[in-house]
Amino acid sequence: MEALMTWLEAQLVDNSIFTLQTLGYYGEGLVTTVQLVFLSLIIGLVMAVPLAIGRGSRYRWVSLPIFLYCYVFRGTPLLVQLYLIYYGVVFVDGIQETWLWVILEKPFVPALIAFTLNTAAYTTEIFRGAIKSTDHGEVEAARAYGMSRGLMLRRIVLPSAFRRALPAYGNEVIFMLHASAIASVVTIMDLTGAARFVYARFYAPFDAFLFVAAIYLCLTFAILYLFRYLERRLLAHLKPASG
Amino acid sequence: MIDLHGYGPRLAEGALITLELAVLSLALAIVLGLVTASAKMSRNWLAQRLATLYTTLIRGVPDLVLMMLMFFGGQIGINMITDALYERFGWDVFVNVNEFVAGVVTIGLIFGAYMGETFRGAFLAVDSGQIEAGRAYGMNHWLVFRRIRFPQMMRHAIPGLSNNWMVLLKTTALVSVIGLTDMVRVAAEASKATREPFTFMIIVALVYLLIATVSEWGFARLQKRYDVGYREAD
Repeated sequence: MEALMTWLEAQLVDNSIFTLQTLGYYGEGLVTTVQLVFLSLIIGLVMAVPLAIGRGSRYRWVSLPIFLYCYVFRGTPLLVQLYLIYYGVVFVDGIQETWLWVILEKPFVPALIAFTLNTAAYTTEIFRGAIKSTDHGEVEAARAYGMSRGLMLRRIVLPSAFRRALPAYGNEVIFMLHASAIASVVTIMDLTGAARFVYARFYAPFDAFLFVAAIYLCLTFAILYLFRYLERRLLAHLKPASG
Repeated sequence: MIDLHGYGPRLAEGALITLELAVLSLALAIVLGLVTASAKMSRNWLAQRLATLYTTLIRGVPDLVLMMLMFFGGQIGINMITDALYERFGWDVFVNVNEFVAGVVTIGLIFGAYMGETFRGAFLAVDSGQIEAGRAYGMNHWLVFRRIRFPQMMRHAIPGLSNNWMVLLKTTALVSVIGLTDMVRVAAEASKATREPFTFMIIVALVYLLIATVSEWGFARLQKRYDVGYREAD
């Protein structure tokens, strides 16, 4: 590590913009971006499963609110949702006196809430589509075995629906990575925030933004290959048979 | 009644800018998408590679980063070019990057890449027998495109097109970060000044929902129009 740092320092000696310090900003930004995206995706995923099941419920008082939630969050820009939560949270009566304020005061948590609600809405729609396209014969077979609705969901519908949702979910993950750049608007020092800082400091838009674009590109490809690998593993049985 | 503290007219102006920006960038994106799709399907190796590079790079980088690169880098880049022109040829030109134009170009450029993918898939879905029939009638390349490939391609492209439009519409919100006074920016300013973020942000959200709902209906009509002559299996 020590040797690596001295090597890096020697490489950067003639470079006025990409010093160890600015690279450090980018590094911290990378960590923030990954944290934000990863946390919102995980929480969103956990929320989306029951929501997707409820979305297809026979009872309108269950399915209608979920439909409205998805419609609103998918129909409005994430930036507006972020502003609404970031600026709005201050005005909730009495919140500044509670313990919640300690975490809500920093922009990270409002951003996390906005991102999570947004990705949960999209993921719900993805899962709903996958659940709806379950082969009817499979459902009938499960019923014929006397499975209850819960058991059928757990053993038959959901496992195959998750697999079918995989390609669309991969796109959602990439979408979320790109959407997270918005976090820099509410003063979070994510990757884009770091780039904006470097741009403002050195007035070097090409260096600052092309470098960060390259990092995003690498992350995108990493996600792409991960999902391609998962699809190869999990969707092997859906491939057309070949000789 | 909701009190807008006099921000009503400015909010309406902002909404108009959002709509103009979205429609103009959609037009640019469709043109770029058609060019990209043609390049990807052409036999020219260089055109294919360039189109693939364009779609891969654009789709791998966040919209906001591309926008900042264009907005902040655009003026410097153009100044570099005009400086070079002055030094070499003595031409004194000054080009000032207009924010609105820069916004249209950037969003158009981003969504041209997505449209390219949509159109490529749609063109490939057109039965090749149709194109052969057109050629057999003695139609030239352009006439085959205009009369046969384009109308039939649109039928397959509309779902993707409508999807891209919805994403594009929401992407226009990002220009507020860079300095264009669209409705999100007006609402953000008003929220800070009046300390009533809920009023303004919810109004803006409703306008977006309205545009999305109306265009969804429009696309359904358009789909019907291009579906003439086809019946879905039921």
